[in-house]
Amino acid sequence: MTALMPKLYGAEDPIENARWSLHDAKDRKAFFTDTSICIGCKACEVACKEWNQNPQDGDYEYLSQSHDNTGELGANTWRHVAFIEQGEDEVAKARESGRRLVSLGMPSIGPKTAMTPEQRADAAIAGGNVDTTPPDTPDFRWLMSSDVCKHCTNAGCLDVCPTGALFRTEFGTVVVQNDICNGCGTCVAGCPFGVIQRRDDGTISPKSEPGDHDDVKNMGTANKCTLCYDRLLDGQTPACAQTCPTTSIKFGDHTDMVDKARQRVAELHAKGMTEARLYGANPKDGVGGTGAVFLLLDEPETYGLPPDPVVPTKHLGQIMASYAAASAGMVAVAALAFLGGRK
Amino acid sequence: MANADCIVIQGSNMAEAHPVGFQWVAEAKARGARVIHVDPRFTRTSALADKHVPIRAGSDIVLLGAIINYIITNELWFKEYVTAYTNAAQLISEDFRDTEDLDGLFSGYDPETGSYDPSSWQYDDSGERDETLQHPRTVFQILKRHYARYTPELVEETCGISKDDFEYLAKSLTDNSGRERTSCFVYAVGWTQHSIGTQFIRTASIIQLLLGNMGRPGGGIMAMRGHATIQGSTDIPTLFHILPGYIAMPTAGKHDTYEEYVKAVGNKDQKGFWANGETYLINLMKAWWGDAATKENNWAFDYLPKLSGAHGTYQTTMAMLEDKVDGYFILGQNPAVGSANGRMQRMALSHLKWLVVRDFSMIETATFWKDSQEIATGELKTEEIDTEVFFMPAANHTEKAGSFTQTQRMVQWRDQAVTPPGDCTSELEFFHKLGLMIKERLKDSTDPRDKPIQDLTWDYSVDEHGEPDAEDVLREINGYHLSGEKKGQNLNAFGEMQADGSTAGGCWIYAGVMADGVNQARRRKPGQEQDEMALEWGWAWPANRRILYNRASADPEGRPWSERKKLVWWDEEQGKWTGYDVPDFPPTLAPSHRAEPGETGVKGLSGNDPFIMQADGKGWLFAPKGMVDGPMPTHYEPPESHVGNPLYPIQSSPTRVLFSREDNLYAPHVREAGNDVYPYVFTTYRLTEHHTAGGMSRFLPYLSELQPELFCEVSPELAEEAGLVNGEWATIISPRSAIEARVMVTRRVKPLQVLGRTIHQIGIPYHWAQGDEAVVSGDSANDLLGLTLDDNVQIQDSKHNAAAIRPGRRPRGEDLLDLIDKYRADAGITVDTGMVQLDRSFVQPENPLQAEQTVVDGSNRGRATISAGRKSGGDDSEKGSGAMTESSGSTGGDSDESKSSKHTKETNAAPKGSEGPTASSSGSTSGDTEKRKDR
Repeated sequence: MTALMPKLYGAEDPIENARWSLHDAKDRKAFFTDTSICIGCKACEVACKEWNQNPQDGDYEYLSQSHDNTGELGANTWRHVAFIEQGEDEVAKARESGRRLVSLGMPSIGPKTAMTPEQRADAAIAGGNVDTTPPDTPDFRWLMSSDVCKHCTNAGCLDVCPTGALFRTEFGTVVVQNDICNGCGTCVAGCPFGVIQRRDDGTISPKSEPGDHDDVKNMGTANKCTLCYDRLLDGQTPACAQTCPTTSIKFGDHTDMVDKARQRVAELHAKGMTEARLYGANPKDGVGGTGAVFLLLDEPETYGLPPDPVVPTKHLGQIMASYAAASAGMVAVAALAFLGGRK
Repeated sequence: MANADCIVIQGSNMAEAHPVGFQWVAEAKARGARVIHVDPRFTRTSALADKHVPIRAGSDIVLLGAIINYIITNELWFKEYVTAYTNAAQLISEDFRDTEDLDGLFSGYDPETGSYDPSSWQYDDSGERDETLQHPRTVFQILKRHYARYTPELVEETCGISKDDFEYLAKSLTDNSGRERTSCFVYAVGWTQHSIGTQFIRTASIIQLLLGNMGRPGGGIMAMRGHATIQGSTDIPTLFHILPGYIAMPTAGKHDTYEEYVKAVGNKDQKGFWANGETYLINLMKAWWGDAATKENNWAFDYLPKLSGAHGTYQTTMAMLEDKVDGYFILGQNPAVGSANGRMQRMALSHLKWLVVRDFSMIETATFWKDSQEIATGELKTEEIDTEVFFMPAANHTEKAGSFTQTQRMVQWRDQAVTPPGDCTSELEFFHKLGLMIKERLKDSTDPRDKPIQDLTWDYSVDEHGEPDAEDVLREINGYHLSGEKKGQNLNAFGEMQADGSTAGGCWIYAGVMADGVNQARRRKPGQEQDEMALEWGWAWPANRRILYNRASADPEGRPWSERKKLVWWDEEQGKWTGYDVPDFPPTLAPSHRAEPGETGVKGLSGNDPFIMQADGKGWLFAPKGMVDGPMPTHYEPPESHVGNPLYPIQSSPTRVLFSREDNLYAPHVREAGNDVYPYVFTTYRLTEHHTAGGMSRFLPYLSELQPELFCEVSPELAEEAGLVNGEWATIISPRSAIEARVMVTRRVKPLQVLGRTIHQIGIPYHWAQGDEAVVSGDSANDLLGLTLDDNVQIQDSKHNAAAIRPGRRPRGEDLLDLIDKYRADAGITVDTGMVQLDRSFVQPENPLQAEQTVVDGSNRGRATISAGRKSGGDDSEKGSGAMTESSGSTGGDSDESKSSKHTKETNAAPKGSEGPTASSSGSTSGDTEKRKDR
């Protein structure tokens, strides 16, 4: 058991950092969402709402965004499936941008046809020997991707919450306690992904009194995916992963999920699908990696994801140092002024 | 499917309509299979496929026929399989003439009735086979000639599919078929809902037989069913033309005696298991009528109602309009929204005396009298509708025990999780009580027509809530011994059924589902704990075998075709068939055995006759019987097509069922004036987010928010041409109605170049309806559809109809009718429009010379120059037994003495099986009147 102070930013093991080792720490849990096999059925959206009893969203309006009528993640919608229609140019661009990511410092060697796809995948995992011969570029594709809270290793919402309503669970996930949340909304600005939202009627209003909104639970408080904390406590799979018919949404230990994601991206690269790339698997990114890892087939922006999310507390140290330096300077100036005055 | 090396999904949007089943496509793909989606639209299925091939709706036989031609021309057929296991070597009658000989007709066509006499399609009387396949009258040579003109060039011209894409498709299939590899087809209502839909499936069957893909792992043709247990409601049918276990219904005039009927159920002179048809029938009669069914009274044959013609859902609708139907039960169906020609459906409901709707929600069929489109247009006035509507709340699937049978014929049991809330009841409870009430009313009757109901066995145990034990019903379906030392015990297999009245069984193919007294359908051993066949999960009919005709997975000597595709094989030492699956073959019938000529039934089967339900034990490349519109599939254009038939002077199917009526007007086809008034094709379909006619989805906020409004999918090119803007409104007009929808401009729909013209296809989901009760509402796509039926199965053509489209919302009230009328007038539509079918004067514009010749040829053939096809007005079909089909209206009517006196004509009530009378359980429309001829 370490006795170090919890880190405000930069912890690599969020469970340890939250001092769960003093209690009942579990293995960190995570999602791996493989968008290459998502069929856009939205069963995850429905299963999530059913399990969590979240309110219906929006005004039953057709959004003219392909088959997406949910729009975005929010207080009521904790899984959201995006639909993106792309033509030949966009496909070629995605493949090229992915190829550049893959080929950084890893030149392809050896005969291309001597290995089976599996061998190539293995080789790719082992040594980065990637055959990047693309298959026929399709002239059209329809991307689908189920988005969710990232359960960041360094979570902005959690860091900025003034009431302690947000907490780090023993599974390494981030959960809101609605009975503690006062609805201040600080976390909304603290999330670099725009995931967490206040459940409200569109106006700025204080947290409701009991009885105000009996028809809508947790009105006025912040809401987001809990990675089905209640189900995890019972050893169950989160509702979305449980219902996903094609296993596009996978759930398990964080390390397994990251491994699976790496293996899958290597497989796709071996098939020449250089557009495949991972999102959230890098522990060195601006949020220390995420507890929801994605395999994407284009730049994150295509799916409405920030390309370089940064937790607001990342620069807190620098800011504090600057404050300290500035304060010290002011003190020095003041002291000098007094000292100077004596002369 | 997970074992397939190539999967062709055509006429199905599997990922959207069957997302759970699609996991096996995903699994196959993960194992390296190639997945190809052939569809007018790029859908969520296409998104996951290796390739999407856009096709013009209705041209599938051209594409599939060209694959047959490709296989034969390039000698890619599986020779040992085809020679041994199919009827390729069989000689066909000298009287047979092909469509190639008769300008698009097979021999035996009667232009007066618009139907075929199939006697010239039979095997040659000699019964001769030519194993070299060289004789010009062998099936193989006939097939080769028939498809010779189905070329990649024709595909490009007719389907709008490039030669490269065709090559990719054909090569993918042939490269992935043979000893080592197998391919499968997937279809759904995208194939069935055409005037020649049944023949689409037949074409795929021919391909799969030629490639040796039947009866093998990863092979076959997968029929994605309309919704939960559509397979079950075909096995224990809610269809008018069959009894449980695919036993034919008797037809008045054809089967007036028991002997005539038994011959139709199962001719004893044929090979295979259908020769025992009488045994299956007797067991059914014993299950229904118990002691009252005796050898002396021909097992109560006279109790069975007799068909007087087609009594499909649409014929019944038209009978309602003529006030020939008093009452109607609607269960799990929303015909006001889900059936084609919605206006006709709703108008028909207004003619009923009473209507019972059992559903979870107040669906539009229950509220048509106050909030339907016809109320808005003034065609119906609430105060003038006499229909008394009873709404009965129904229990849902978690609130009742029972079974679902899915497309693999697998029966899966479902336990009751909670009791139904409030007044909701299960169908079982509802019909059990109704049956008791009717029996009570009739118990003192001396009228002979009441005998079938008085004698009906109706003894199910009920629990403290009045709910009958569903396993009691399953036991009756399974069958049991009535006498002898096993008296009271369940049957373990249909082989135990006796023809002497000592056993009873409600559906012979389900015998064994309660084997050893155990509900086998309730077995739930997880897949991880058993091998891939998972024989201990649920139970599949017949005899728990998972792949039908799996004898064909072994070669004629009984050895697996390959190690990779091993399934069942002959074990020489034990002298029996064995393998991973339950062998679909007499267990000890050696591969080398050859039946003596003249032997019939199971004894007539040889060791190399894998297709044990066929009269000759072979897979049929050429179907001498079973199809009413030809022994081989032939391309005809959809009835409202914008292009001429490139192959024959005959434009559309000569046997399609037409209803020429003021309330069912057709758009002119390309050979008639006015075709360009409705210049586009529309095709209806489903979305993942909704369920059929919306009864189970539009009333739920979580589903409604995902697809809140009706939209139409159009290509950017069509949007440009018609002035449509993404997200705004469009009005779509057909000769039947006009609807409004949001515009979805998408590159997922592509204009196709077909026979020198650009074909624009519009996609419209059919889930919405006008009404006040659901969470979301909108116009109904099915209002646009006209009724043209495939005569094989009486299904409507929902996948290719003509329409006009224009920007903006539709007019309200009476003005809507004016708009529809204006387009009709512009096109010059009358009740005769679309009726002329055999106009031989028409020719492709690009071939004027050929045109004149055809005219000369045609003039020799007299009667065939004018209209043919089945013209089915209301008058000539519905006489006699009235509404004995989907509407068990007559049953109820009889029980209500105050009403029955007026309607004595409709007394021929269908006695019912244990599943309760009536009603198509099918949820609807567009899809769900589908039928299969499995066995």
